[in-house]
Amino acid sequence: MSEHYTLTVNGSRHEVRDSWVGESLLYVLRQRLGLPGTKGACEQGECGSCTVLLDGNAVCSCLVMAATCTAAEITTVEGLADGDALTDVQQAFIEAGGVQCGFCTPGLIVAVHNLLDGNPTPSSIEVKEALSGNICRCTGYGRIFDAVQLVISRRSGTHA
Amino acid sequence: MSLTKTRSRDILGTSALRPDGIPKVKGSFEFSSDANDDSMAWGATLRSPHPSARIRSIDISGALLIPGVHAVITAKDVPGKPTYGLISQDQPVFARDVVRYMGEPVAAVAADHPETARRALDAIVVDYEVMKPLTDPEEGISGSHPPIHPDGNVFRHQRIIRGDQTIVGEVVVEDTYEIGMQDQAFLGLEAALARPLSGRGVELIVATQWLHEDRKQIADCLGLAEDDVFLTLGGVGGAFGAREDISLQVHCCLLALAIGRPVKMQYGREESFFGHVHRHPAKIWMRHHATKSGKIQRIEARMVFDGGAYTSTSPAVLINGITHTQGPYACDNATVDGYAVRTNNPPCGAMRGFGVVQACFAHESQMDKLAEACGISPVEIRLLNAMKTGDPLITGQPVESVAPVARCITETDALPLPPPLSTPDPLDLPGGSGLTSQSHHVVRGIGWGVSIKNLMYSEGFDDYATARCTLTNGKVRLKFATSEVGQGFVTLAPQIARTILGVDDVEIEPMDTAVGSAGSTSASRQTWMSGGAVDGACRVVRERLFEHVGRQHGIDPIRLSIAGTDVVDELSGFRISVADASEGLDISHTYEHHHRKTEDLDENGQGNCHVAFAFVAHRAVVDVDVELGLVKVVQIATAQDVGQVLNPLSVLGQIEGGIAQGLGLAIMEEIVIDKGIVKNPSFTDYLLPTALDAPDVVAVTIEEPEPQAPLGAKGVGEPPCISVTPAIVAAIRDATKRQLNRVPVRPYDICL
Repeated sequence: MSEHYTLTVNGSRHEVRDSWVGESLLYVLRQRLGLPGTKGACEQGECGSCTVLLDGNAVCSCLVMAATCTAAEITTVEGLADGDALTDVQQAFIEAGGVQCGFCTPGLIVAVHNLLDGNPTPSSIEVKEALSGNICRCTGYGRIFDAVQLVISRRSGTHA
Repeated sequence: MSLTKTRSRDILGTSALRPDGIPKVKGSFEFSSDANDDSMAWGATLRSPHPSARIRSIDISGALLIPGVHAVITAKDVPGKPTYGLISQDQPVFARDVVRYMGEPVAAVAADHPETARRALDAIVVDYEVMKPLTDPEEGISGSHPPIHPDGNVFRHQRIIRGDQTIVGEVVVEDTYEIGMQDQAFLGLEAALARPLSGRGVELIVATQWLHEDRKQIADCLGLAEDDVFLTLGGVGGAFGAREDISLQVHCCLLALAIGRPVKMQYGREESFFGHVHRHPAKIWMRHHATKSGKIQRIEARMVFDGGAYTSTSPAVLINGITHTQGPYACDNATVDGYAVRTNNPPCGAMRGFGVVQACFAHESQMDKLAEACGISPVEIRLLNAMKTGDPLITGQPVESVAPVARCITETDALPLPPPLSTPDPLDLPGGSGLTSQSHHVVRGIGWGVSIKNLMYSEGFDDYATARCTLTNGKVRLKFATSEVGQGFVTLAPQIARTILGVDDVEIEPMDTAVGSAGSTSASRQTWMSGGAVDGACRVVRERLFEHVGRQHGIDPIRLSIAGTDVVDELSGFRISVADASEGLDISHTYEHHHRKTEDLDENGQGNCHVAFAFVAHRAVVDVDVELGLVKVVQIATAQDVGQVLNPLSVLGQIEGGIAQGLGLAIMEEIVIDKGIVKNPSFTDYLLPTALDAPDVVAVTIEEPEPQAPLGAKGVGEPPCISVTPAIVAAIRDATKRQLNRVPVRPYDICL
């Protein structure tokens, strides 16, 4: 039960002390590092609520053991924007009505950043495919697709 | 529908944005699972692996020996009432002598680490004598199975007998329909943090639909006065009915009181499937009698709802089901027999649509049969029979609500169809990225569904709502115990205050039990009920403000009104800003909104048992791979009766979200049970609609303000998920020419 290791999360180094080595990255972020923005909803990589970036790749943090991430750069929803600012994706989710209960939102925000960083102009079916690992039970996805389109058009300068 | 009204002030009618949007997108919004305490222990629940068994003994000694385990509790540690429940308190906090469903709680532990708690559960030895479960509701009805509970095997039996019982139509259609068990599958798993209060009592932060009902049941089980139990709403990650019943609330409080420290409990997904009630599976036989032109003359029906092991809301779900037998169609003669039955299946209770979903699948399937038998279209049969305001239901209750059924149908029919299936992206075909479909096996179908849904609680229940409004220095504080579960009451309530009081700065105080009950966030009722309470409180405060301004400026208060953010007297031209007018004041009023009284049904199912009704039509377009049995829902068109749109963006969010849940029931979502054993309690095996399953939604709202409703607005939460299910199934029937009398429709129902 007494493991010590270091994680790099959102650009800061965090010591993890006296932990059980079997703890998932999701648990360690939430319960040991004070970063509860990452959510858990299925514990088997089906729902995407716990999506974080591991060296720039979107992963389900419920499926990753924290102790295996000591050499990685981890980015959570808390690390996407500076301080009180919002990223364009976060702003668009609010404006387009992509948030209801909000439990899936952090994972989706991370997933949409990951999608648009790799493909700035995805087709609508590419958006659906890229987000199909993030389950939302409230919105039926319509407002989330609108939010993504809003970001795409704003980034390409076709929308004020 | 237009979402782009200019929004200089976030008043009623605008797409005001969620006040909790920023914390939710930044990850800083505190859900109940985010509540922590430095000194907390973790709770966990031991559950029965058997659907029916006697408990011979429970040995907790092994668990107590594990370092880091602080308490193990069982039925004998419940100091107050040993059972709880919404309608009948027949569900044990912990099973004592017998378990009646797979997953029934038997014991709970508190430990330093969640993993230690799980190990402690493994170390508890329960000696079960396994019994054969009662899983067929018909055995409960016939009396062929001995009672599995002291209260018997039938929760409720109710008939509806109306009009001429002898009519035989020129056209008669009948069939039996089956609805599978759906899960609410909210994303935010059950979680709570309980803190013992110094001296006496306990505080609980919990995600729930109804704080005050929880408090009553918790206090009873703890043997405490309600005043000794304080509840605060933790952030709620969706609800859909599954948070109306008690789950971990009592266990968490018991553990915290047992160890004298805060205790956090959080279910995993598998435990969540066992920890809350589900949508009732049902079997419904219906026979429609009609003239040869298709006019409905009489309906016969028999409905059987499987309520599982404990009552929950089964009696009310049954009444909703049978009183909606006719759907949104005029019918003077009916014979309906309904049963809600106890079995050793998982307990069922509230889920969005509450009994009407089941009835609607049956009556809408029947309407299509009737259309075919009469040689007219699905739209024609529905318009021919469409209910109007004032028509009596089969309970004898006149529909006093605005009932624009024909408009719902014609306006849906006028919405554009999607482009025909030509050479689609393979990802757009049924089966999606599996690339299993070949486009020449894909057939398109179109289907219809129309529904009626009651709003608020029924049968004499006074589910009032309370709100307090306080105006100080141009700023308003609102206090209520209304559960915000994602629907957006926290957006709507400030819109109401801004509109009535002419302020912009509105703060919502914490939602907790320090104010009167708001009733449950269910039954499409909070816009009407809590909205009515906020509206009423703000109006009283406005009158007091006018009295004050009148005194100060020598004006009869009756001449004053709010224009924008000012108090004005239009006759004299007097004008003062609300901010200036309320400077130094502290005007506060608490208001209770009650809906009109309703009645119990009599033995023939007659009585004014419901408060009000809302209507909606759905048209589904599907592509079906008839070889593989795969379905892609291409488009849902809908026109929904909403009374009045108070926030277009919120309404559209409810419409699209409800449609996705109705789609789930139509083609993929089912808790599969075999002899009382749940086979798929995980998101790997219980399938939910993903982004790739989401259809294009083309929605219009029908605005005919509802005179009974405080804000003219009907609840919009439930209707979207009700008739979309039969519409999708009808579209699959259209494509495949198969009967399909069961939901969810499985691939082998289509292709084998």
